[in-house]
Amino acid sequence: MTTMQTPNGFNLDTSGQRVVVDPVTRIEGHMRCEVNVDENNMIRNAVSTGTMWRGLEVILKGRDPRDAWAFTQRICGVCTGTHALTSVRAVEDALGIDIPENANSIRNIMQLSLQVHDHLVHFYHLHALDWVNPVNALKADPKATSELQQAVSPHHPMSSPGYFRDVQNRLKKFVESGQLGPFKNGYWTNPAYLLPPEADLMAVTHYLEALDFQKEIMTTRTIFGGKDTHPNWLVGGVPCAINIDGDLAAGAPINMDRLNYVSGVIDRAMAFVKNVYIPDIIAIGKFYKGWLYGGGLSGKSVLAYGDIPDRANDYSASNLMMPRGAVINGNLKEVHEVDLRDPEQIQEFVPHSWYSYPDEKKGLHPWDGITEPNYVLGPNAKGTSTNIAEIDEAAKYSWIKAPRWRGNAMEVGPLARYVVGYASGHEHITEQINRTLRALDVPVDALFSTLGRTAARALECEWAAEMQRYFMDKLIANIKAGDSSTANTEKFDPKTWPTEVKGVGFTEAPRGALAHWVRIKDTKIDNYQCVVPTTWNGSPRDNEGNIGAFEASLMNTYMERPEEPVEILRTLHSFDPCLACSTHVMGPDGEEMAEIKVR
Amino acid sequence: MAQDCAGSHTSTGCASVTDAPNVLVLGIGNLLWADEGFGVRAVEELHARYEFPENVRVMDGGTQGIYLVQYIREADILIVFDAVDYGLPPATMKLVEGDEVPKFLGAKKISLHQTGFQEVLAMAEMMGDYPAHLLLIGVQPVELEDYGGSLRPQVKAQIAPAIDAALEFLAGHGIAATPRAEPLCEDFTIASQEMALSRYEAGRPDAGEACRHGDERVIAGQGWQGPLDFEAEITEILGKPKAGV
Repeated sequence: MTTMQTPNGFNLDTSGQRVVVDPVTRIEGHMRCEVNVDENNMIRNAVSTGTMWRGLEVILKGRDPRDAWAFTQRICGVCTGTHALTSVRAVEDALGIDIPENANSIRNIMQLSLQVHDHLVHFYHLHALDWVNPVNALKADPKATSELQQAVSPHHPMSSPGYFRDVQNRLKKFVESGQLGPFKNGYWTNPAYLLPPEADLMAVTHYLEALDFQKEIMTTRTIFGGKDTHPNWLVGGVPCAINIDGDLAAGAPINMDRLNYVSGVIDRAMAFVKNVYIPDIIAIGKFYKGWLYGGGLSGKSVLAYGDIPDRANDYSASNLMMPRGAVINGNLKEVHEVDLRDPEQIQEFVPHSWYSYPDEKKGLHPWDGITEPNYVLGPNAKGTSTNIAEIDEAAKYSWIKAPRWRGNAMEVGPLARYVVGYASGHEHITEQINRTLRALDVPVDALFSTLGRTAARALECEWAAEMQRYFMDKLIANIKAGDSSTANTEKFDPKTWPTEVKGVGFTEAPRGALAHWVRIKDTKIDNYQCVVPTTWNGSPRDNEGNIGAFEASLMNTYMERPEEPVEILRTLHSFDPCLACSTHVMGPDGEEMAEIKVR
Repeated sequence: MAQDCAGSHTSTGCASVTDAPNVLVLGIGNLLWADEGFGVRAVEELHARYEFPENVRVMDGGTQGIYLVQYIREADILIVFDAVDYGLPPATMKLVEGDEVPKFLGAKKISLHQTGFQEVLAMAEMMGDYPAHLLLIGVQPVELEDYGGSLRPQVKAQIAPAIDAALEFLAGHGIAATPRAEPLCEDFTIASQEMALSRYEAGRPDAGEACRHGDERVIAGQGWQGPLDFEAEITEILGKPKAGV
């Protein structure tokens, strides 16, 4: 059988030429993608495989739940803080620990700072090259580039013809040296690239500016987290002390000077997003607004857990400044409530995943989750178990489990959050979306696309940058009112804990809804399950045959040249996939599976 | 960027000039994958045993990729500890210098720092801030797939020679390390306190004895400290001009 319809409404046809991309580059972690294209170069079947096994659940067993955050933030390199925050929230939920208001504000600032940082770096350094052609930028006229820059963003100071000429010369030198570095593995002659040279040069210039600017954003997390790259977190609050009137003596706690420093960083981040990131999205979007592939599940089924509690310790939807809810069957008129504790809502399935359950027809709620690897290839797979030539998606085919919300495959991430927010009438989200649609002169349906996903990330970055200011003001006001408490250590001592408890913590990670479920028994971790954003988006088929968000997004996309899968990369990158935490690097027989080949 | 000072927004822009080269000693890798943790464990040990002059920064780069680029850009001398797949017998240590370094860091991405350290180096180069001297101290892993495991004994045994190699290289550039009278206790690790070697390996820490960061005893007893020199720390994060610039 070469054709079938999935319950979630996609017509799969496996008769055409099979294209394999392994690994998908410019993402964190390892991922493989196979598609079938018909005689008109349209993708008619898509298969996404996480090629690594993740055993975090297994290694946390028996450890101190107060340490879990440190392990989870070492899973990979990009969303370290968000895993740590999710983890401490899960443990606090289990043990009934309330955190002080200041801790809530500081956590929110750190989480928002991560959103800003991650979105910015993702767009410019991992995703922009799917739209922007650095080789074409060499043909640009610096004067025309300068005019373009001033037209799209009159307030951005770096816009002189000389400046663009300098960057172009630097780029030229770099390209001529033969080592394209970050620009290698590109398909720079592919007609899928649509920007004129001036727009390419402007965007490449901002690639460099963003690379320089992003380091400043990190200082916020360094100041509150005490350590950069992998900041410190604490069950019960935040591990930093505050003395607002303290001097700058050695070892002094956080004082007004440091808070003012963070304020300055927030201002500059807001300006960068406003004057560079957003105008770039609009400028690039104008050239690509005819390329509205990649919608996938975004117009059908989206999920957000919500995040950024306004007041501390209240995780109800009305107190969350990033929206919570689920939209299914494309019905934007109804936003369903989401309950992470309800065993009927979130379940993980494994009939197409390399894991074993006692009964694989059923899904398991994460509190009852099982992580038992079972690597077997289907009868129609080609190649060997250590060197797969073609996957058999009718059997088990991914290290990612298939999470479902009430049986539905869901998309998570910035676009999902914005669709949920739009559907539930969130003021700032509605305003931002309408403004962007107007600027691009496109209908609301354009939102449900690869471009929409990329634009939603930029809008969220803009919102997150501004929202830091809100919590900064709140923090300072609260401290000035006499409250300098940052941690609640009442229940820090395991002797105060019940014998057996369970909890769930959630955040909106930059790339989507993230939750950790923990069971604590005799003061140690008894079971720990993470359902991460890329588990949702990268999920394989489930027992009903529903395809996941990555797979759905690739369907019915036209490929200019199937042997140069720029369209596949463009759409997959728009999700900001992070396979490192959705799976873990272990091939069968200990063989590292990563190798670069495009068949 | 191109206009370094204009774009950097720092109060201590390009004014101060110093002759001492900026040195970055960086350990990269993932502690959770057995020998993949070699780089981080090596800098952890280096920091525990030696003190360095101010121009030397010893850093746990962990699993970070792009976020490390600013530290690379600041460095005149860069030493990287990492688990590297050289295709050599397990636990073999091999030093690579200069232009050869990126080849080995990108040859086969065995690390989860998937952005690829090679790419991070290329980004630094593109920004016009490539270190003048590079040394990669790599060890061929014995075991990677033991998730949650620690360094294998053969790889752990290479930490001491790896540190010696780094010190010798630094000495060649006129930079001297001072041995500490007593190695720092694990609680002062520059890497992850919660995952300090003995605690990580024992797996079930005795909370009564283990002094832990964030513990109420730490907070109450001023165990948490703000930066000793805030300005200097921020300046360091934001980059300082290279020697002779």
